[in-house]
Amino acid sequence: MTPAATALTVIIAIVAIGTAVGFLAGSRQRMDLEQWAVGGRGFGTALVFLLMAGEIYTTFAFLGVSGWAYSRGGPILYVLAYLSLAYAASFFFLPQLWEVGHKHRMQTQPDFFNTRYGNKYLSGFVCVVGILAFIPYLQLQLDGVGIIVSVASFGHIGRVPAMTVATVLVIAFVVANGVRAVAWVSVIKDVLMVVAAVAIGIGIPLAHFGSIGAMFTALAHARPHHLTMPGATANLGHSWYISTVLLTALGFYMWPHTFGATFTAKSADTLRRNAVVMPLYTLTLALMFFAGFAVVLITPHLQNGDLALLTVVGRIFPPWLLGVIGGAGALTAMVPAAVLILTAATLFAKNLYRPLFAPAMTDDGVARLARGMVFFLGATSLALAIYGSSTLVSLLLTGYAVVTQCFPGVILGLYWRRASGRAVFIGMIAGVLLAVSLMSAHLDPLFGLNAGFLALCINLTVAVLGSLLSAPEAARGFQEPRIAARPLSE
Amino acid sequence: MKPPSIGALALGIIPFIAMCFSVALWDRIEPMILGLPFNLFWLILWILLTPCCLWGAYRLDTKGPGTERGS
Repeated sequence: MTPAATALTVIIAIVAIGTAVGFLAGSRQRMDLEQWAVGGRGFGTALVFLLMAGEIYTTFAFLGVSGWAYSRGGPILYVLAYLSLAYAASFFFLPQLWEVGHKHRMQTQPDFFNTRYGNKYLSGFVCVVGILAFIPYLQLQLDGVGIIVSVASFGHIGRVPAMTVATVLVIAFVVANGVRAVAWVSVIKDVLMVVAAVAIGIGIPLAHFGSIGAMFTALAHARPHHLTMPGATANLGHSWYISTVLLTALGFYMWPHTFGATFTAKSADTLRRNAVVMPLYTLTLALMFFAGFAVVLITPHLQNGDLALLTVVGRIFPPWLLGVIGGAGALTAMVPAAVLILTAATLFAKNLYRPLFAPAMTDDGVARLARGMVFFLGATSLALAIYGSSTLVSLLLTGYAVVTQCFPGVILGLYWRRASGRAVFIGMIAGVLLAVSLMSAHLDPLFGLNAGFLALCINLTVAVLGSLLSAPEAARGFQEPRIAARPLSE
Repeated sequence: MKPPSIGALALGIIPFIAMCFSVALWDRIEPMILGLPFNLFWLILWILLTPCCLWGAYRLDTKGPGTERGS
């Protein structure tokens, strides 16, 4: 077989096994709306860990991190800090969020906003923000599959057919099985990911430099500024680092899918223990740094940094190993893509369309509408991935700038009785508009700070001042569950 | 719902100071430790230390008496 045929055969086999496992898992259970979306609230620690890991270790980790280590250098260190700190921060609000969610039977992020603030327009806006932030995130996953397959096939298969097949598979297992399928596929993906990360992160520096230390010494000598901030960029310095780490660490659990996954945990204590252990998982990312930095010396002047990792893997490793890495990478893109599409579809049907436009819709109707939305979202994100161009890290940062605007509403809602829905709403609108307009005007970073972080500061200030200015007797906190369980109109 | 205690919060803020706010102090190549540039070494060290801080917070909040009860 030619190298391309070998690599592609292995990739296809891994994706096929992953998909088959997805279809087999949970196929004997009848899926009503709650089963489909939160797996019946019965997941134990191990499965929650895998579910969260499957959603977290994305194409971004594989190709994006090594890509920025290659093309930008020092600033990519923000990733190591933000993931650990995201778990550290989560320790202090996810268990409380779970308790509230359990008591009020919440399934999604807008459920939280609706229950706490009693404003269906606010929770509708939260849906819109979530779906909006998902767009670059989904695009990132599909871009990743396109990169993997086109590099692994040595250019024989184009990005577009690869992304199309991936999208079809993702839609198929989401529609057939819901979230349990995704959890089981990530079991396979996680094992492969660790194998791939070790092979790449240790293998590339060893093969070319003899040791990781020798690689860094050579790089520090040849490109002394690449390893520190701002690295190869003009304006990603220390203030950018701090503001970006804060924005992303606080936003990590504001994504509708990570927020929603919180409710699938067995208990608040499960979430506490996860938060303690999860930072260790971040260590595997350091291997992606080694790989990306090594490529700077091995293959300088690549046009697209996101191709750096796989290009070198294709040169150094035998084709079957390129296939294993590509297969793991493809699943790594498809698992989160499935979660993203599933979450966005459920949000649209249950939290946006029904409460605002069709209050009489039955649960079955909502489930049907959600399935329809899965097709629509898959097609839309595929189209964007085909026509868009941006680095993978930039895509994720764009998503974060939008989605973290939910943070003030969540944290103030949990811990401050006086937080007012109207103030939170106005703050969020200001934050989202500011973030989107700064980024589309290419004013990111602004004054050395991450634009999304600036928007978050404005958002939080408005929410706090607005709550203080509103009448104290209007403070509602959490109502008793009996009231919250009524139909969504107040 | 029980909000986190002050002690647990204090432990939780330590990783933020070490990995985020103090960046200007450790963002350099020298001294290289274990073959890693200092900034990378520092972050990896704190990835290992963050669970220690959180484990302390966990012990405080799940066993410690006298934590405040919230609404």
